[in-house]
Amino acid sequence: MTSTHAPAHRARSTSVPAVVTRIAVLGITLAVTVFIAPVLIAQQSWMWLAVLVLSAVGIFVLYSTKHFVPGKYLFPGTFFLSVFLILPIVLTIGYSFTNYGDGTRGTKEQAVGSIVASSVQQTADSPRYTMTVATSGSPIEGPFELYLVDPTDGTVHHGDAETPLEEVAPGDVTVADGRVTEVQGLTVLDAGQVNTIYDELMELAVPVDESSAVRPLGVNQAFVGTTVLQYDEATDTITDTSTGEEYTVGEIGDSRYFVDSSGERAFSQGWLQSVGLSNYERLLTNSAVAGQFFSAFVWTLVFAAGSVLLTFALGFTLAVVLNDQRLKGRRFYRSVLIMPYAIPGFISLLVWSNFYNRDFGLINEMLGLDLDWFGDPNLAKVAVLLTNLWMGFPYMFIVSTGALQAIPDELTEAARMDGASPLQATRKIVLPLLLVAVAPLLVASFAFNFNNFNAIELLTEGGPFPDGSGRGATDILISMVYRIAFGGSGADFGFASAVSVCLFVLTGVLAAIQFRFTNVLEDVN
Amino acid sequence: MQIRRKSFLALGGLAAGTTLLAACGGSNSDTGGGTGSDPSDGGGAGGGASAGRLVIWADEEKAPALEPSAKTWGEENGIEVVVEVVPGDELQANFITANQAGNGPDVTMGAHDWIGNLVQNGAISPVQLPSDVADTIAPVGIDAITYDSQTYGVPYAVETLALFANNELTDVAEPGTLEELISAGEAGGAENILSLPIGESGDPYHMQPIYTSAGGYLFGKDSEGNLDPSDLGVGKEGSLAAADKISELGEQGVLKNSITGDNSISLFAEGKAAYLISGPWALADVRDSGIDFTVSPVPGFEGMEPAAPFAGVNSFYVASNAANAGFAQQFMTDVATSPDVAQAMYEANPLPPVNLQLREEIATSDEHLMIFAEAAETADPMPAIPAMSAIWEPLGIAQANIVGGADPHPTMESAGEEIAAAIG
Repeated sequence: MTSTHAPAHRARSTSVPAVVTRIAVLGITLAVTVFIAPVLIAQQSWMWLAVLVLSAVGIFVLYSTKHFVPGKYLFPGTFFLSVFLILPIVLTIGYSFTNYGDGTRGTKEQAVGSIVASSVQQTADSPRYTMTVATSGSPIEGPFELYLVDPTDGTVHHGDAETPLEEVAPGDVTVADGRVTEVQGLTVLDAGQVNTIYDELMELAVPVDESSAVRPLGVNQAFVGTTVLQYDEATDTITDTSTGEEYTVGEIGDSRYFVDSSGERAFSQGWLQSVGLSNYERLLTNSAVAGQFFSAFVWTLVFAAGSVLLTFALGFTLAVVLNDQRLKGRRFYRSVLIMPYAIPGFISLLVWSNFYNRDFGLINEMLGLDLDWFGDPNLAKVAVLLTNLWMGFPYMFIVSTGALQAIPDELTEAARMDGASPLQATRKIVLPLLLVAVAPLLVASFAFNFNNFNAIELLTEGGPFPDGSGRGATDILISMVYRIAFGGSGADFGFASAVSVCLFVLTGVLAAIQFRFTNVLEDVN
Repeated sequence: MQIRRKSFLALGGLAAGTTLLAACGGSNSDTGGGTGSDPSDGGGAGGGASAGRLVIWADEEKAPALEPSAKTWGEENGIEVVVEVVPGDELQANFITANQAGNGPDVTMGAHDWIGNLVQNGAISPVQLPSDVADTIAPVGIDAITYDSQTYGVPYAVETLALFANNELTDVAEPGTLEELISAGEAGGAENILSLPIGESGDPYHMQPIYTSAGGYLFGKDSEGNLDPSDLGVGKEGSLAAADKISELGEQGVLKNSITGDNSISLFAEGKAAYLISGPWALADVRDSGIDFTVSPVPGFEGMEPAAPFAGVNSFYVASNAANAGFAQQFMTDVATSPDVAQAMYEANPLPPVNLQLREEIATSDEHLMIFAEAAETADPMPAIPAMSAIWEPLGIAQANIVGGADPHPTMESAGEEIAAAIG
């Protein structure tokens, strides 16, 4: 009786901690949504707004009812997978079809705005007025009027967007310390209020004559200036009012810029636009770039495979040696061998980077060598592998030691009885059994080293650069992408995204091959 | 205790509503910094500037120097000033990104050679300097912040390279030529004659005095005196002569790829190099080391051009998306017209100021710094055009390879081709 009744009862009601947790989660979700949504709307990031609203709705639908039980468990993982993994990949793919980079980050409107705003020029010899802003309305809505005191003769002028500057009757205003402090019938704004409405004040631009206008400069000064360049939306041209020259939109390379009559780029500001497949074309058809990509790919494979094999070989050998019962002080040796693993990788790499210095490095000095470690491409590769070996063998050592414990001693003993040497026993019996357990870790280690950016960037910075190109001899694909995207020669996110997408595809293919390989190994077993 | 389902839903709704109200209350008090209810305040929620709070970005060395004087300025003008530390090597890129996202600072500090990149990304607004300010600032400062005949910042300090000599390792403390420097260094028996950072990827900034003395240049100038990206000097005749000289110095062991930015100053400070080419930032370390040293302008090759190192001018810039553009512009004007901020910054972090009045004041107290200040007058402001970003990497790699023994002419020529291709 009770056995059928009790579960039904539990299904309809909930324990207190569960309720509190639910309330907290839903409350926080709602609060976060309501808090962030206006920010996203203000920034016009509609995509993130959609993500936010959809996930908030999802959380409420799933967790406020008793239904959708599988969904409750699937949702968190799916959510984080989508937001932190799938979405960046989608964005990267998106950017790989654009010219996103230095000079082309914003919209066309932003570029035009920046070009026009940068052309404001101070009229020569015009005074720098002390400025007071007054309003007949509210200090936020306006309308605003400027009251200016000429510092040379102390005369007071005023004007607004429609009224050009005119002198003010002395009785209407109070002047103290060379600036207007009170205006009859109007409210004077304080510095903070002027700061708040600064953008509108810039637009206000009290006209002085046909071409120049008074513009605020800071919260209490103003100057007379001219906007030399003007943008005409109808014809999509920028005109230089001082020379009359017109700049139109023209195509340079695969992007569009404002160009002068001879087709030369007139302003450095460009804008974000779609360039179709041109980033991929550059990667695959430009022989220099394609060659770099290919040689980086080959070295990446060598580096990743070499690191895994070397570290495993050393780690495994040491594990087997230290597994021998006859060895005294095994515990001590084991703890010493794990030392490299205990030092943060960043520090190890930077320290090792100094060890390889040709003239002042520890290695050459201690061994009495004169090897140009970082100047010779092959030696640099050896140095990278050696350092990575030092960094990585303790991990393989720990893994192998652990796996060795799981292999019964009887197996090796039986092999000995059958006349196998210790080496043969290790190679033919222990290693295959161990590999079954360790192979997935080797695959993971390979994948890790395939994108082991730190090992390259902190040790050699990709150098040396023997052929003078942007890819160094020790650059693996990921550090090459980094050099393209953030390197010395300006950010080129669009192209770096295209390389990343290719890298992503390559990694996927390699992972598939490796999984096939691991499966084969398990089948053998 | 067990709760029924209906009451659970009601409770949940109530709690969610309460939390929501609390969140709204919180957001109001966050943004209500005295300036009222501007709905666009939301843009500041990312941690950057919001109305009523002027945010200045500076690197780890300059931030502590700036903070006290900036705070004082803020108190005088009725606004809270916050100086945020951003690592120097990430400042420029972070500033561009944050400014575009709308959560950047109002004002940032940076080297003048960023201007081209900042302008092409629409990240900074022009700054109108008062007409009389030009008389109070060293010409190199005004030159540096002028880009496309518009002024974009307020300069406060100038950095350039000079020659440090270890008086115990050489008899010639102020060599007139590089040849004299080398023979004096050899005679002194120092482990290294000259400490000049190169590394495997090169350092064109420190190499510039040698490169220019042998006749190399980066960009020519057009009739208006603006830099002309179409006249590229790398790969042309002068640069080839420079390549020959650099190759020669490499063979002699005067220039070494094993000397890098990480060890160049310490080699000199440890007495392992007779001479060092470095900037005013090395002064502190060299003074701390206690060696007897002399500072003088970097010499050129005998019978060739004078050595012209780069001048780098540190400046303040107004962000184009500043939440407090008014106060930011106000700050610019005040810093430009009064040397107070520059003075306070000099005292905390000695760099040669561009303010002439301040420079006179320190002339007697810091002779070393004055040598840098004077050297800056003859130095070339680093080109600020965006095309400059295409220079550093290829030229640096070419120079490093030449020092390492590569054939000078083809190496320099191919660097020129690569730069020309990148500029487009």
